[in-house]
Amino acid sequence: MSDHHHKETFVTKYIFSQDHKMISKQFLVTGMFMGIIGVLMSMLFRMQIAWPEQSFSIFEAFLGPHQTDGIMNPDIYLALVTIHGTIMVFFVLTAGLSGTFSNLLIPLQIGARDMASGFLNMISYWLFFVSSVVMVISLFVEAGPASAGWTIYPPLSALPQAIPGSGAGMTLWLVSMAIFIASSLIGSLNYIVTVLNLRTKGMKMTRLPLTMWAFFVTAIIGVVSFPVLLSAALLLIFDRSFGTSFYLSDIFISGEVLHYQGGSPVLFEHLFWFLGHPEVYIVLLPALGITSEIISTHSRKPIFGYRAMIGSILAIAFLSTIVWGHHMFISGMNPFLGSVFTFTTLLIAIPSAVKAFNYITTLWKGNLQLNPAMLFSIGLVSTFVTGGLTGLVLGDSALDINIHDTYFVVAHFHLVMGVSAIFGMYAGVYHWFPKMYGRMMNKTLGYWHFWITIVCAYGVFWPMHFIGLAGLPRRYYTNTNFPMFDDLLQINVVITIFALVGGIAQIIFIANFFISIYRGQKATQNPWNSNTLEWTTPVEHIHGNWPGMIPEVHRWPYDYSKRVDPNDDNSDYLHGKDFVLQTTPLLENEEVS
Amino acid sequence: MLALFYIFIGIAIGVSFWQITRILNLRGVIATDEDNAKQGKYSLVFMAFLYAMMVYCLIFMNVLMLPESASIEGEHDDNLFNITFWLIGIVQFVMQFIIFYFTFKYKGNKNRKAKFYADSHKLEVIWTVTPAIVLAFLIGYGLWQWNDVMDLSDDKDAIVIEVYSQQFRWDARYAGDDNTLGLGNVNYIDINKLNTMGVDMSDPNSQDDKQVTELYLPKGRKIHFKFRSQDVLHSAYMPHFRAQMNCVPGMVTEFGFTPKFTTEEMRLNLEVIEKTNGINKIRMAKGEDPYEFDYLLLCNKICGASHYNMQMKITVVEQDEYDKWIAKRPTLASVIK
Repeated sequence: MSDHHHKETFVTKYIFSQDHKMISKQFLVTGMFMGIIGVLMSMLFRMQIAWPEQSFSIFEAFLGPHQTDGIMNPDIYLALVTIHGTIMVFFVLTAGLSGTFSNLLIPLQIGARDMASGFLNMISYWLFFVSSVVMVISLFVEAGPASAGWTIYPPLSALPQAIPGSGAGMTLWLVSMAIFIASSLIGSLNYIVTVLNLRTKGMKMTRLPLTMWAFFVTAIIGVVSFPVLLSAALLLIFDRSFGTSFYLSDIFISGEVLHYQGGSPVLFEHLFWFLGHPEVYIVLLPALGITSEIISTHSRKPIFGYRAMIGSILAIAFLSTIVWGHHMFISGMNPFLGSVFTFTTLLIAIPSAVKAFNYITTLWKGNLQLNPAMLFSIGLVSTFVTGGLTGLVLGDSALDINIHDTYFVVAHFHLVMGVSAIFGMYAGVYHWFPKMYGRMMNKTLGYWHFWITIVCAYGVFWPMHFIGLAGLPRRYYTNTNFPMFDDLLQINVVITIFALVGGIAQIIFIANFFISIYRGQKATQNPWNSNTLEWTTPVEHIHGNWPGMIPEVHRWPYDYSKRVDPNDDNSDYLHGKDFVLQTTPLLENEEVS
Repeated sequence: MLALFYIFIGIAIGVSFWQITRILNLRGVIATDEDNAKQGKYSLVFMAFLYAMMVYCLIFMNVLMLPESASIEGEHDDNLFNITFWLIGIVQFVMQFIIFYFTFKYKGNKNRKAKFYADSHKLEVIWTVTPAIVLAFLIGYGLWQWNDVMDLSDDKDAIVIEVYSQQFRWDARYAGDDNTLGLGNVNYIDINKLNTMGVDMSDPNSQDDKQVTELYLPKGRKIHFKFRSQDVLHSAYMPHFRAQMNCVPGMVTEFGFTPKFTTEEMRLNLEVIEKTNGINKIRMAKGEDPYEFDYLLLCNKICGASHYNMQMKITVVEQDEYDKWIAKRPTLASVIK
């Protein structure tokens, strides 16, 4: 395996590659492509909200038959909202984030030549690719893509009579998601097996970097919850195509009574959110893992409370599977269930708070190297706190009654999982770009990218809380039919301007990314003076990662700024420098953290 | 406003291009001490922006918020909300300060040495137990309120009203003198006979039911709502009453509240007056008719193309006025032949 001179054609190296490093790049670039579509869509529907029913030539260009003289149709507004959510949650923040960094880092950080199964890994990517293609094709269906919201609640998603997008567009959505789930499951199984079995000598579970813990636990949550979404989707396909009544009952539409009897949409809601809520953590945990690693490295300090961090990841993972009902307080389910879900939901605040406090303590008395990766990680902590706190309002069933499905919810989840996870993803790209492409990204562009993005993120989502508290429902094509919301229009204009500027500013990142691949400064082996194993591999990628033996691990990954005298901050560094690679043997009498 | 938007777009694109061309001669890749110093300062500048925005929104958007709860049950909701909001507001202000101040304070340079500080059992216990205690209070109050609102079992003398949803309109059915709704099912819908809500007219309870397109509620009486939908999910959202419940095809869902102020009283509420004046200033500038406050029921679950325009007016009146109004409504038996 250590010999990388076996024959590789263009196809096996760049297309049907089984090398985890290449697959991770494929995930990243595909995810970025989908991300551009998702962000563009949000910019279009934000324009409609701010300047309702105004004619824009940009709509004529992008919306084709779904606009009249440059005015967006109500149907396509809902479709844009739906596909924006689907793409961002699944294609960008699940596959693009987890797929990229799990693939890149798991073998490199645990000391393995590759994933347990390179072949399955390749299949996982190509299934993701196919599902992306199907999703993109669904945008061009004549009646429009799926438009029942990303949660695709039936009966709206089941009946083409109810909304045009529930025809062929919805079929393609379901097909795409089924393939996506297969991809995710194959990937997750591979990650779990690899972490459990392929750790190098000395790499105990308690010496794993927190990225590994996060990816490992994320994969487990995925394996537990994604199959439930698959079954929900299958039953929906049955209802749509084969006349079953899992979710449908007593429906009168387009002047006739349909034959469905005995099903319930609430069943779908349960099945959907049994994935849907853990999905939030599938998105967020990898970002938090990446942040833990980056904050520690760039603070030149050990992550504070390593074991507490692992404990809170496990607690969040466990709790995340028993809180789904907080999306359904007013769905008509038994109020007693609402009480139970309020209790479990608010419990999640405890491990989340522990994580936030631990990040801040890690910054305390650090020697912060404010690289773009570090800034995005700090930004994540900020948005995670802001978005997490409003969770205390929404998770409380009594309070949820009046703000459910308003813009308050939109603001909450965008900050806590959308912006936070995207920040984690950007942090990861800036930090591990040298590992992926052997070159560095430009820091000045990185700084511009960060500051514009965080200002715009807060500019969009902070005021959005307030229009939600004013009672404005989400997913309204326009609010002009309600004079009581007239005074919110100006705020919506401001939000849209921030959204457009923030969206366009991502060009800075994309340009930085692609130009750096070809023209970036060549990377050194360990540019951030990091402790973890991936920085012991050569800059140029080789099959099998390490040219010789896989190095042995002797310590945890966070020995930054370790001192000769642990109680004296002015004493010398124990190993002569402020970082100690995991491969460095312990000194005699060295204290182990 | 639109011109401002184009200017912003222009600036954003301009800055992007300017920066992208600079990449060709900028080779910096790793933060130097100067970068750290600069970014540390920017962190403070950003913090100033964040605080300015947070405070601005909290103060100046207050007038846009919903007025005080118009239902008795919603009072505790407002109370719990205020407690929670103060709590998370304080935590938010403290935490954001710490995050961005630390970024500035501990910005790296060559002469600094980070403190090796890996663990503290005491601190971990503190920030596990403190949130746990605070949450125990919030959960306790929240659950008490939830159970209070959702428990409709002891409302013997509540007025029963069915709210009926379809794409894209609301109807309502009062239970009549017997205060019992007749059975309903989509199979009974007969548009030609004006049986649009699918009421079983062979059920004796149906005869005195009254179908209306606008809700009239008496002040001070508990209302027991039953919700139905004939096609897709809808959600009956009555924000002024802190009330919301999904309408689910195939089942009947319930919610209840007691109106506290008549529409007329609410129009004299100071918060409402202030908000209405603000709205009317905007409407006047556009040459639109002035707005007068009304309670509304909105659809708040995505239900199709015209989801954004699915509303029903609610009028709260004194009991005697309500009695007069309801007496004038025709019974179903007289409408559906």
